[in-house]
Amino acid sequence: MDILGLLIPVSLFLGAVGLVAFWWMLRKGQFEDPDGDAHRILRDDYDDKPKS
Amino acid sequence: MTATFEHVRPSACPACNAAPAAEHLADLPLDATLMLSLPGIHCAGCISGVERALLKVPGVREARVNLTLRRAAVQAGPEVTAEALAEVLERAGYEAHELDPGVLATTAADRAGRDLLMRLAVAFFAMMNVMLLSVAVWSGADGVTRDMMHWISAAIAIPAVIFSGRPFYVSAWSALRARRLNMDVPITLAIALAMVTSSYETIHSGHHAYFDAAVMLCFFLLAGRYLDHRTRASARSAAQELAALEVPRAIRLGDAGEETVSVAELVVGDVVRVKPGGRVPVDGVVLSGQSEIDRSLMTGESLPAFAGEGSMVSAGEVNLTGPLTVEVTAAGRDTALHRIADLVAVAESGRANYHSLADQAAKLYAPFVHILSVVAAVGWWLYTQDLRIALNIAAAVLIITCPCALGLAVPAVTTAASGRLFRKGLLIKDATALERLAEADTVVFDKTGTLTNGAPTPLDLDGLPGDAGRVALALAQGSSHPLAVSLAKALAGQGLRPAHVESLREVPGHGVEGTWQGQVVRLGRAAWVGAEAAAETATFLKIGDSAPLTLRFADTLREGAADVVAALMAQGKRVIVISGDTTAAVTRFARDIGIEEVIAEALPHEKAALVADLTAQGAKVLMVGDGLNDTAALAAAHVSISPASALDAARAASDMVLMGRSLAPIADAIRTAVSARKRIRENFTIATVYNVLAVPLAVAGLCSPLIAALAMSLSSITVSLNALRLK
Repeated sequence: MDILGLLIPVSLFLGAVGLVAFWWMLRKGQFEDPDGDAHRILRDDYDDKPKS
Repeated sequence: MTATFEHVRPSACPACNAAPAAEHLADLPLDATLMLSLPGIHCAGCISGVERALLKVPGVREARVNLTLRRAAVQAGPEVTAEALAEVLERAGYEAHELDPGVLATTAADRAGRDLLMRLAVAFFAMMNVMLLSVAVWSGADGVTRDMMHWISAAIAIPAVIFSGRPFYVSAWSALRARRLNMDVPITLAIALAMVTSSYETIHSGHHAYFDAAVMLCFFLLAGRYLDHRTRASARSAAQELAALEVPRAIRLGDAGEETVSVAELVVGDVVRVKPGGRVPVDGVVLSGQSEIDRSLMTGESLPAFAGEGSMVSAGEVNLTGPLTVEVTAAGRDTALHRIADLVAVAESGRANYHSLADQAAKLYAPFVHILSVVAAVGWWLYTQDLRIALNIAAAVLIITCPCALGLAVPAVTTAASGRLFRKGLLIKDATALERLAEADTVVFDKTGTLTNGAPTPLDLDGLPGDAGRVALALAQGSSHPLAVSLAKALAGQGLRPAHVESLREVPGHGVEGTWQGQVVRLGRAAWVGAEAAAETATFLKIGDSAPLTLRFADTLREGAADVVAALMAQGKRVIVISGDTTAAVTRFARDIGIEEVIAEALPHEKAALVADLTAQGAKVLMVGDGLNDTAALAAAHVSISPASALDAARAASDMVLMGRSLAPIADAIRTAVSARKRIRENFTIATVYNVLAVPLAVAGLCSPLIAALAMSLSSITVSLNALRLK
């Protein structure tokens, strides 16, 4: 059972990484327009040159 | 749980809000964010189309469409108005409406939503980790391993519960301070007791710890609360918007000539000038000048009224054609506009005491749970003389009865229902609006602007002889009067070109005059061109000495209006139309659309009084209206709907807003609301059944943390799935 001493911190760390990632996404406003983002990725407006 | 949310009710005193609103107007940044509502967009092409059309407008720096909210946010210089942008989009083929630029209010709501989401995420993270650790305990870990699992669980759960449960603690505390019980009191008690007993058990290497249950409780309850938050659009105070609508400045004529002063400085006896196109700032008597005034927002009259020397005008009316000099008879709080604001405040305070289904459930539930857990604890203490066991039992009872499923029962259904209605073009502003809509048995419609489009269109133009159409077009183009604008649009739409009319001039209050092929031509009021006044909305064209021609106008029926009225009648509802318009116009209109009960020439307070009367007779009134004269009635009704084209104040006073032009979603909304209410009741039953099954186990001391976790998650999932069955 010694492996638990390693596995538990590792799993907690990975969970915390997910939590921090979620916090970052929330701050960046990635949940403000889920429908729009799903469509935006498919449009070809800026395929040839980036939005200036 | 909805029951525990502090509803932000509009202030009971509209005048108190007037000052902040005025300050807000003054402080608006020059480079403003304009918001547009785009009810029709649905695809990637629409996003590109709308953004491209907006960016082409000079002065627009940035435009971004939000497809989820069906809105566009535009960063633009001060010269760009939301109205102009909406027009640009209409031309590009997208239905657009100006949205209230109260961006500040929406960002505050967004921040609250993000805050809840973060707490939800922390609860989810803690729940998943603690649950995994608990699985080890449930599957038989004992001794040092079990203690280690409990210690780690405690290390995760305690900070997580302190952080994510904050909304419950705050609400419970404020309820207790006001010496009443709400749903959050048992929740807070359950969480606190579970944490204390579990920590105690952990320290003394006991068998049972409820860390997982406490965190799960937070997660499910926060999920319900987040859903609830999302369905509620930030509703702004109707009274505040009414005050903001008031013209803040007026032109006063004094000894030193014209000066621009704040309306608040005006006193009775002052003389003010009202320019054409401007709103009248005060109630008063016209001293000089002639014009026509549009009273439609105040009274619902579709026909502009003549205003000359001695006419009475009221604050909020729009001066159409010529400048007027007005002597003030009432200013500020005494004006008709302010009296309407007061009516709204009174009406709203009357409706504030509606008890939602969730409130009713909470009222039964909260005392019962406390009594049950105290009885169980005291019983076990007497039986075993062991305080530790007694406290453990009390914690188990509180956790098992905790209203997880109850907390999800309402928000899950409202979310499903409002999502469905949003796709159909109906925005729900108030959390309990759906429940109230389901109860409605009487529907009161306003006429002008609600059942009709509120814009007159000319009838039988084909009957115009010879060049009359072209002359009328030339004359109509010379005026900004609503009838002239509509006539010019209709004639130009027929492919006519304006005749060559010389020395065109507008005679304020009467019409337009010019010379065509040496003859005097006039377009305007009956008396002015020498015709007999007609009973309906009409304007008259006179060419030279020939007999005047009558151009009749009719208000067109709003899209879907006839269908909605028919559908409501079929559902067995009582339908009434009420309007400030003339009796003849309203009765004829009602006959056409098939409504039997008609009340015409109603003043704003009479509309509100009618709604109050119906309510007193036991009817649950759904009011549908758009004008300033409807706001008091909208606020007084059991539930209210206004179209997107309605005045800000009316939209703010109503519970739901139609985003498109069509009225058709109203019938659907009632059907969905009835079905939603049924689902909510079912959900309450399901939650109760789970409790009834699990509570005896808890009281008997047979409830292990595993059973608590299972009962909690199973009931929450069943309730959510049941909500998704909503049709």
